[in-house]
Formats: sequence, C-alpha cells, structure tokens
Amino acid sequence: MKRLQLTEIVRPQLLALACILLLNWFVFPGFFTITWQDGRLFGSLIDVINRGAPVAILAIGMTAIIATRGVDLSVGAVMAVAGAVAATAAVAGQPLVVTLIAALLVGLLCGLWNGSLVAFLGMQPFVATLVLMVAGRGVAQLITEGSIVTFSDPALIFVGTGSLLGLPMPAVIALALMLAAHLVMRRTAMGLFVEAIGTNRSAASYTGLRTRTVILTLYAFGGLCAALAGVIAAADIRGADANNAGLWLELDAILAVVIGGTSLLGGRFSIPMSVLGAVIIQAMNTGILVSGLPPEFNLIVKASVIILILVMQSDRIGEIVARRFARLKLRGKT
Amino acid sequence: MKILRTLALGASMIAICCTAASAAGLTVGFSQIGSESGWRAAETSVTKQEAEKRGITLKFADAQQKQENQIKAIRGFIAQGVNAILVAPVVATGWEQVLGEAKDAKIPVILLDRGIDASKDLYLTSVASDQVKEGSVAGDWLVKTVGDKPCRVVELQGTVGSTPAINRKKGFEEAIAGHKNISIARSQTGDFTRSKGKEVMEGFLKAENGGKNICAMYAHNDDMAVGAIQAIKDAGLKPGKDILVVSIDAVPDIFQAMAAGEANATVELTPNMAGPAFDALDAYLKSGKQPEKFIITQSKLYTPADDPKGEYERRKGLGY
Repeated sequence: MKRLQLTEIVRPQLLALACILLLNWFVFPGFFTITWQDGRLFGSLIDVINRGAPVAILAIGMTAIIATRGVDLSVGAVMAVAGAVAATAAVAGQPLVVTLIAALLVGLLCGLWNGSLVAFLGMQPFVATLVLMVAGRGVAQLITEGSIVTFSDPALIFVGTGSLLGLPMPAVIALALMLAAHLVMRRTAMGLFVEAIGTNRSAASYTGLRTRTVILTLYAFGGLCAALAGVIAAADIRGADANNAGLWLELDAILAVVIGGTSLLGGRFSIPMSVLGAVIIQAMNTGILVSGLPPEFNLIVKASVIILILVMQSDRIGEIVARRFARLKLRGKT
Repeated sequence: MKILRTLALGASMIAICCTAASAAGLTVGFSQIGSESGWRAAETSVTKQEAEKRGITLKFADAQQKQENQIKAIRGFIAQGVNAILVAPVVATGWEQVLGEAKDAKIPVILLDRGIDASKDLYLTSVASDQVKEGSVAGDWLVKTVGDKPCRVVELQGTVGSTPAINRKKGFEEAIAGHKNISIARSQTGDFTRSKGKEVMEGFLKAENGGKNICAMYAHNDDMAVGAIQAIKDAGLKPGKDILVVSIDAVPDIFQAMAAGEANATVELTPNMAGPAFDALDAYLKSGKQPEKFIITQSKLYTPADDPKGEYERRKGLGY
C-alpha cells in the first residue's frame, strides 16, 4: 500500500492559517473573542471572513481560469465597473433585482469579452485581460463621472453589510458560491475538462473536447464572480468608488489561488483551497491592523509571511521534511 | 423665503462678478493633471467657474496623468499666444525646457496645487495649500474640544510615504504636542479610500475594547472618515458623540455626515486654487506687480455650526 506523505495528511495551508491566527492571538489577546451584538456576531475572526469574502469570490472564479494555464488580470477593474453600474441603478431607484441583474450582466459581458479574446483569437490571457484591466477602470469612471456615487437603498446595502444567521452576508455569499462551484467541478465532468485543458490543450481538443467553449465559460464565470465581488464592495461602503474599488485585488486573488496550491502551469486545482488562501491573506491583514504595528511595516510583514507559506508548500521542502520524519521513525524502531 | 434667498444669492453673484470683471478679455490656458480624484474634478469645475466669473476665456487641456501631454498642451498654448498659462504639474521634475519656452514667449506661468523642482524665475507664482497647516488646524480643534480630559486618538493615515500623509500627520502631532492628555493610541494607513478606512477602523475598534477606549478619530481625508463612521456605527457606538470624528478635505459627503451629527469637524482643502491665481495674474498684468512666489490658500475649519446642509448643497454639483 502506498504510504501517505506527511504533506498530504497535514495541509500546509491549514498549518499556515493556524500559525497566523496563533500569531494574531499573541499580538492581540482578544483576537478570538466573538460577541453577539445587534443580531449578529462581532469580533476579529468575523472581520477576517467578512473582509476576505470579496477576494475569496474573485479567487473562486480565478482558480479554474488559472487551472487552464490562463489568468484574469481584469477582475479588479470589473469589480469597479459592476459597482458603478449597481450604484447608478440604485440611485435611479431601481429595485434590488434589477440592480443585481444589471451589475452581474455587465460582469458576464466583461468575462465573455476576455474569454473570446483568449479562446477564439488565441491571445495570451495575460495580454488579453490586461486590456480590460486598464480600460475597465476608465469605463467605471465614465459611469460614475469621476465621483463616488453614494446610494441609500437598504436592500443593496444589505448585500454588503447585512447578516444571515449572525454571519456577515458577504461571507455567506462566498461560502454558497464556493460550494456551488466545487460541486459543479467535482460532481460533473467540468473539473475533468478543466484539468485536461490545463495539462495539454491540444491533446484535450483531439479527444473531442470543445476547449473553446469550456474556456469561454470559465472566463465568463470569472467575470460574474468579479461583478458579485464588486457589488459587495460597493454595498459595503454604500458607494461606488471607481478609482479605488478592487484596485490591485486581482493580485490578491491570484495569490490566494497560488497559496491554495493551484499550479500556475495548469492542471491541478482546488476551489475550496483557494478560498482558504483568501482567508489566510485576510487573517494576515486583520492581524496587522489589530497588532498596532506602524503602517510602514505592513508590506514587509506580508511579504515575509507569504514567502514563508510558499516555502512551506514547495514539494522540495515537503520531501525533506518527510524524509527526516521517516528517518526519525526508523531510528525509533532500532 | 426661497425666492428671497435666490435673490440674495443672485445679488451677491453680481457683486462678485463686477468686482472681478477686470481680467475680462484674457485668454488663459489650463493644463490639468487629469481626473484621478473627486477633488481634482472639483478643482477643474471651480477653475472653469472662476474663469467664467471674470470673463476669462479658458482653454482646458486634460493630461490624463502624463507629463508629455502637459508639455504638449503648454507648447500648444504658447503657439496659440495665450495671455497666461495655469499648470497643475503631474510630477516635480522635467519642466525647465518647456517653461523656458513660455518665458521666452513672455507668457506668465502659474503653478496650481503642486510645486516643481525648477528655477523659481520660470514661473510667476505657485498657489497651493499648506498640508502641515491642515493637520495642525485639525489638531487645534481637538485640543480645544476635549479640554483637559484624557483622550486617546486613533489616526487613519493616507498612503504610506505620500506627501499629504506625511505632512498632515506632522501638523496634527505638532498641534497636540504640548497636551499630555491627548495621545495617538493607534495609527494605520487607510490608503485615502473609504473601504480601507472602514476596514482599518473595524480593526481599531476591536483592539481598543470595542471602541470604548477611543475618544477621537483623526483621518487624513474625508473619504476614510466616511468609511470609519460606518464601522463605528456597526460596532454599536455613536460617531460624533462616543467617538469624535475630525478629518481633512471638506468633500460633500462629510457635510452630509456632519448634518446627521456623525462627524464633528473637517478642514477644507479648497478646490479654488484658480481664484487667487487669477487675482495675482490680474494685478501682475495691470500694474506689473510681482506676486509672492508661494501663495498659500486658507485651511478653513468647518464644524456643524457652519451650516453643513448648505455646504453640502453648494459642493455636490462641483464633481467631487
């Protein structure tokens, strides 16, 4: 029987999250305190899942794209566009359903645009999505006319700040989306298609797989996720900030996917692990906020922790640790 | 009542227009950086208003954050033979050549809102705010408001390393320096944005006993303050009462918060840099009077006593 590797039993990501949470608790003893306030849970841990939700949602869409050796750099800009559309619709007095459908539809269109460039024109995903990354923010600014469009529609605000069973709405949405996406990937052949394309696209198409359709679908889903994250981000601050909404979040989303163990070379992927990656990033951010560290150190701390996590995850380190472990066991026997 | 107010407003407008109409007939070129923020958009629209009020023909060029576009625009203005050029420089360096060309053509150049690293005789004057002063006005307000009571302040900084963040922090610290009862308990960057302001404030509230240990919040701009106000409300506290809120910029939304009793003070970074610039230009062209090299705009403090509702109405159309 094949013996399980140490890295397969204890996922390095879970270990990393535990370490970061422990460290947070060390610098701020009240980190794990959760209280019930105004009909919802309140505490730093809740902040982690609430603030981490937009990046988690982006990462859900990004995972499958990266698994096909692609990347979507435009998600941050699409967030800004969707937020702008939602805010303008809300200000115009549209009900929540119309607002949501309009914003999600715009996200879907952005995704289809990216997907068409990649799947049908054969453009490099990096370049193809760079177009919308730059242009998208301009579109968002056009929609908001350069100012922050604020709204007071309670239904839309609920999407960003409300709570369900005491849990923040963004986290509930992210969780539901993760489960749905995971089921589609693992309970249908979709996951297999994605892995086949990521491993070798031409081989996949020779087996009769419609690779173009699959890739188009994945980018469209990515755009949809970005739009959802954009609506949440706008609802959270009750306004669409075209200049800053989702700024650089595409990088956080890619990082979350990488921390989750999905290979940038395509093939292997896991959506729940990407969400875990997003939670790890946010646990670090929240930890820095409650630690009282001067802001000049923020980026240094983040970089060091991320390097540490990626080193822990590398196959080489896993092998070395496993070998040491095996040797220790051997010695114990003799 | 409304008619009376409109009449009064109209009368005052006429008064302003007629005292300032002396610059009429001038053509002035304005090279704006772009429209990266609401304040920048407001500066553009106020500049256009000020020019119109004075009967100045304004030629407007948006550089979209690129110096090369600004240089092109300035060369264009020189070729058109404008009477003067206003520039809001996107970067500090690389202006010698093109401003030299303007000088050779005897066209006065006025810098708006930002300075440059070049010889001072290349421009007539520069109009800008004093960011250290803005911070100290906010600090002075807090010192006066809390009196002798102990007060732990949390600070939401702008983008780390940016000039306004450094200066506004410095000014505030100078103002509270002599007062031992006031201390900055926590300070983090909110990147000048609403969402980060909210997130950072959420962290502060948790770390300071649910916010009960915080007496005041100082934000380097109003947007972060607006985000932080929401975080304070979510934590079950009353912004403006349980935690004092003071910030800088005077954008319309902070006046809305002030009208609702959720913000206590803001220091204005006026978008009207063009008004003083046109005044200096007018005096210079008429009597050859050299203006001061650095014209500092006023850093005015606004509190709920200053008709926040009216201020909101006055500002909301400016493109903030």
